[in-house]
Amino acid sequence: MAADLSPAHLQVMWNRLLAVVEEQGQTLIRAAFSPIVRECGDISAGIFDAEGRMLAQAVTGTPGHINTMAAAVMHLRDHFPVQDMKPGDIYMTNDPWLASGHLNDFLLMMPVFKNGRVVGFTSCTSHLVDLGGLGMGPEGSDIYDEGLLIPPCKLVDQGVPNALLLDIVRANSREPIANEGDIYALIACCEAGGVRLLSMMDEFGVGDLDQLGSYIIDTSRRGTLEAIAEVPAGVYENLLKMDGYESELELHATLTVSAQGMHVDFTGTSGCSRKGINVPLNYATAYTVFALRCIVGSDIPNNAGSLEPFTVDGPIGCILNAQRPVPVAMRHTLGQVTPDLVLGCLHQALPDQVPAEGASCMFDLPMRHAPEVARDGGQEFAVEPVHNGGTGARPHADGLSATAYPSGVFGSQVEITESVAPVTIWKRELRPDSGGAGKYRGGLGQRIEMTSANGAPFIVFLSVERLKFPALGRMGGRPGAPGRIRFRDGDNDIPGKGELRVEAGDYLIFETPGGGGFGDPVQRDPQAISLDLHRGLISAEGANSYRGTS
Amino acid sequence: MTSQSLRLAIDIGGTFTDTVLVSGEEAILASTKTLTTHQNPADGAMEGAKRVMAQSRRSLNEVTGFIHGTTLATNALIERRGSVVATVTTEGFRDILEIAYERRYAQYNINLEKPDLLVPRERALTIRERMDAGGDVLIPLDTSAIDALLIELDASGADAVAICLLHAYANPSHERRLRDILAEKRPSLTVSISSDVSPEAREFDRLCTTVANAYIQPLMESYLARFATRFQAEGVKCPILMMTASGGMCTVQTASRFPIRLVESGPAGGAILAARIAARSGIDGVLSFDMGGTTAKLCLIDKAKPQTSRQFEIARAARFIKGSGMPVRIPVVEMIEIGAGGGSIAGVDRLGRLTVGPKSAGSEPGPVAFGRGGTEPTVTDSDITLGYIVPDTFAEGFIKIDSEAPKAALSRVIGARLETDAAGAADGVSRIVDESMASAGRMHAVESGKDLGSRTMIAFGGNGPLHASRVARSAGVSRIVIPPNPGVGSAVGFLFAPVSFEIVRSRYSLLETLDLNGVNTLLSDMIDEASGVVAQGAGGAPTRVQRTAFMRYNGQGHEIEIALPDRDLNLNDVEPLTAAFEAEYRKQFSRPVPGMQIEILNWAVRAATPDAEIPMLPETPTLTTITPAQTRPIICDVDGQIKQAGFVSRDILNPGDRIYGPALITETQTTTLVSADFSAHVDAMGNLILIQDKKGGA
Repeated sequence: MAADLSPAHLQVMWNRLLAVVEEQGQTLIRAAFSPIVRECGDISAGIFDAEGRMLAQAVTGTPGHINTMAAAVMHLRDHFPVQDMKPGDIYMTNDPWLASGHLNDFLLMMPVFKNGRVVGFTSCTSHLVDLGGLGMGPEGSDIYDEGLLIPPCKLVDQGVPNALLLDIVRANSREPIANEGDIYALIACCEAGGVRLLSMMDEFGVGDLDQLGSYIIDTSRRGTLEAIAEVPAGVYENLLKMDGYESELELHATLTVSAQGMHVDFTGTSGCSRKGINVPLNYATAYTVFALRCIVGSDIPNNAGSLEPFTVDGPIGCILNAQRPVPVAMRHTLGQVTPDLVLGCLHQALPDQVPAEGASCMFDLPMRHAPEVARDGGQEFAVEPVHNGGTGARPHADGLSATAYPSGVFGSQVEITESVAPVTIWKRELRPDSGGAGKYRGGLGQRIEMTSANGAPFIVFLSVERLKFPALGRMGGRPGAPGRIRFRDGDNDIPGKGELRVEAGDYLIFETPGGGGFGDPVQRDPQAISLDLHRGLISAEGANSYRGTS
Repeated sequence: MTSQSLRLAIDIGGTFTDTVLVSGEEAILASTKTLTTHQNPADGAMEGAKRVMAQSRRSLNEVTGFIHGTTLATNALIERRGSVVATVTTEGFRDILEIAYERRYAQYNINLEKPDLLVPRERALTIRERMDAGGDVLIPLDTSAIDALLIELDASGADAVAICLLHAYANPSHERRLRDILAEKRPSLTVSISSDVSPEAREFDRLCTTVANAYIQPLMESYLARFATRFQAEGVKCPILMMTASGGMCTVQTASRFPIRLVESGPAGGAILAARIAARSGIDGVLSFDMGGTTAKLCLIDKAKPQTSRQFEIARAARFIKGSGMPVRIPVVEMIEIGAGGGSIAGVDRLGRLTVGPKSAGSEPGPVAFGRGGTEPTVTDSDITLGYIVPDTFAEGFIKIDSEAPKAALSRVIGARLETDAAGAADGVSRIVDESMASAGRMHAVESGKDLGSRTMIAFGGNGPLHASRVARSAGVSRIVIPPNPGVGSAVGFLFAPVSFEIVRSRYSLLETLDLNGVNTLLSDMIDEASGVVAQGAGGAPTRVQRTAFMRYNGQGHEIEIALPDRDLNLNDVEPLTAAFEAEYRKQFSRPVPGMQIEILNWAVRAATPDAEIPMLPETPTLTTITPAQTRPIICDVDGQIKQAGFVSRDILNPGDRIYGPALITETQTTTLVSADFSAHVDAMGNLILIQDKKGGA
């Protein structure tokens, strides 16, 4: 059967590729050991043509892999000559500056052969549980403190995994079995994608991906440029102040909108921190582009064509373009606020389409038994419950309370956390008055209260934001409440980054930030204010924010 | 089942009520479709019952078995026609519903609204009390606060209450006590407690399930009572059994207590039918494909057992996106449902991409061809344009088909944008919608750790036989079975369902350090409860019990269902259970992870009457190829060329007859398209068997 490459056929093949990458992603999630993968879908899967151009990428729980995977595959493909590749080879790296911003993310790439030549590549990324070093926390002083870095290498040679490499990964991890399981899941994911890609090519009778690839990329590029053309051209600047670790930070962005695309530059942004909250540019780019694509051309799938018009740059060494060997383990803390940064620029061009700032950075609370508990034979545990604050109010609707954005993480269930860890959570409720006032109200943060359940101390590893600087409103909307961490009986608030030791008698209170409001609070529908009062989302005092104060 | 038995099945759907009367095991005496009467669904059911009785010259008082399934529970939830529900949760946890899993169901949509979970915050009340994860009391139930709670309840205007206290699955005593006090002080309130409705860990899912149950309980209670009274008044003497989402039956009493278990019972009936055909034909791996006017449902069936799940999502937002509905934890036949049916509307998006569904023209205004005001081309319009639907025979001639109007609509809406003609547009619509159904099936298989390619498709529903060969080709499936009466497949399936009840309870433990006494007591309590419920409806038939544990590696999310022996567990069981888990894990993920601890959170017990006996399928006579006398021009779905398709009525085909595609085989409710690369033959049971063999292909 001769290949029929009419638009309908090309589109069916495009849909099939999108289905294949979603299937690849599901394969990976099902087999993953890391809770962040399972609960939050912190993975990615993609299919690339022979030139290394990305044709399709799974839509997964975290946007941190957008662009990063596309760039990483190009890099690996350049690094290893295609003519040396053999069927069954798989290449990998976890280099944060090549893969996805920190050591835990492993990226694999497999060439797909048809009739003896490479017709494309499949790739996938997954978050591994533990790579040694100081573990998931901001305490490292450089990348070497943070664990094992594997430069680009051949992980599987013609179907045979590199035993020495696997030994090294096992020997450098607190969770060797889970890590090995995750690596095998990644291999299986690449292979499954390759098999399905080939069977699709057979079914449709195509010998290469050239014409399909051009169709996907051209259609997507054209659609994206059309969407960008609807944004008023110009140069838009924005500044965000963040808590930082040892000192406060400024993040600057300049967005240039032109017929050629959208370019973001981080010039003016503060330098790196001494601790692991620094962000490699690939990761900052991923979240920045994600945010822009939520507003501009959000209906177009991610591929080389739809991503090409978006470019991001920043001065070398600024905290959003961190260079080796600075520590980067918690790069998501600031990476997740880059959407607020760049949306603040875009808002100036599209005042009616961009939401206010939100809590943005997730409140993940990794907890572990205190070291002496293990030594004394007490209950050992490690859990990482994730919670969120409120999202920014939208131009035509209130923000969402206790909801993840920009990440797509799942919040944890109290009953599950308490089943697997000796902690008692006494309260988890919305925080009244935490949503920024506005014509549309910001989403509310939440309040979580917790103690040790068995009298044994435990440690919380904090890396959260917006305890000092709240999420700002837009168009006259007020800021949301900043987050707050404290002991009920303590005198001082606790900073958002670093190790926190919780003793037997301590009663810990977390309050996540609220989202900013949109529009002048005076314009809020009085019925909406009454309903908020009736529902206890605002107090009588909080309702005062909606009265005109001339 | 004696040969004198006379059994009636009634499936009330959104548009039609299907009624089937069977004598003995499977001799269908009569079947009919009547319009569903939304005001009082029993009217349409009674009309259907009387019609099949008249057709077969029997009377309602001779009926020995009566099985009823209804979409009323689902629709009440979708259309928000239930009670005013208030929730009572543990103090400090007022916002379980609103906080949910803290996520958006669509990554790029910044304007999305979260699903409406039926209870706004002003009706979310709390009471001071607290259990820990082990079921030990940390704070006793504060009975002194109940008067204040009653005042709040009265003020809320609630007529039903859902109580869900933290860790009540581990110790239900506070919930029961509170329920009893409310029942005493406010007898008019309907009260559902989470430890009864869904005793599983995860407070959000448990509360949602309890809320959904409370929401429809008053409505369903009164409906079921009226329905039973109505039929009893007309002479029915046997008990009425209700079809549940799990593909089993329960008594009206049980259904009134747990009405949430009645959702999606119609589609479950279809899966039961497919499983039965699989058993009779000895087919191990099946994909059932049920395509109607609005949606398509696909279900995986292995060794004649439909895949089951413990979770279902009600009222997903328009695009059937996961997470956009209200999750409930009940035993269900696991299906994937997508917005692809005959009425699905086709268009072109701003990128010039052809799109189909999930928006549906429904029955009003319906496809363009119906001439009832529809202007946007649908899947049915495309099928007419491709020549697959024969206008004169459509819907028994009740609906007049205009075969020219669809062409104009396809040219205008699609052809003009994609530079093609009506036929090209129709071919494109067909390819897109069939690919999307096949993709949904493949994705569903992957999520379940299974493969599609080796399966046999069993197709039914109004549009199933028409699209079966096209979807099968996209899904890599090469064999299709189309049963007799495919249009009323779900109601036929009801007749093969066992009386059953399933309970799932959470109790966290590591397999290595299993608390044997605790688990054995838990399981034996569950068995008592489930067997008791089944005994009410079993009419003296023996009850079989099946125990199951849901296991996973510590730290992993995906649970694997492992059968337990039908007796108390002892220390010697740990090793074989570990081996069973690893074997199943290997099957799904290619290699186990030695050294990793295995944990169990959920335990299940299912009590059921034995499945109906499966008679052996007689051998299909030697195949004789017949050449239909009539042909019609169609546009071939393989290569888009015009071809002459054989055209024959299913009635005249005998076992052993074989037709090579392209061909159209018509019957009263539907048409089977035999694509050019398929052949079709009739087996000894009257099933149409479609096999892909390039012979007739392009």
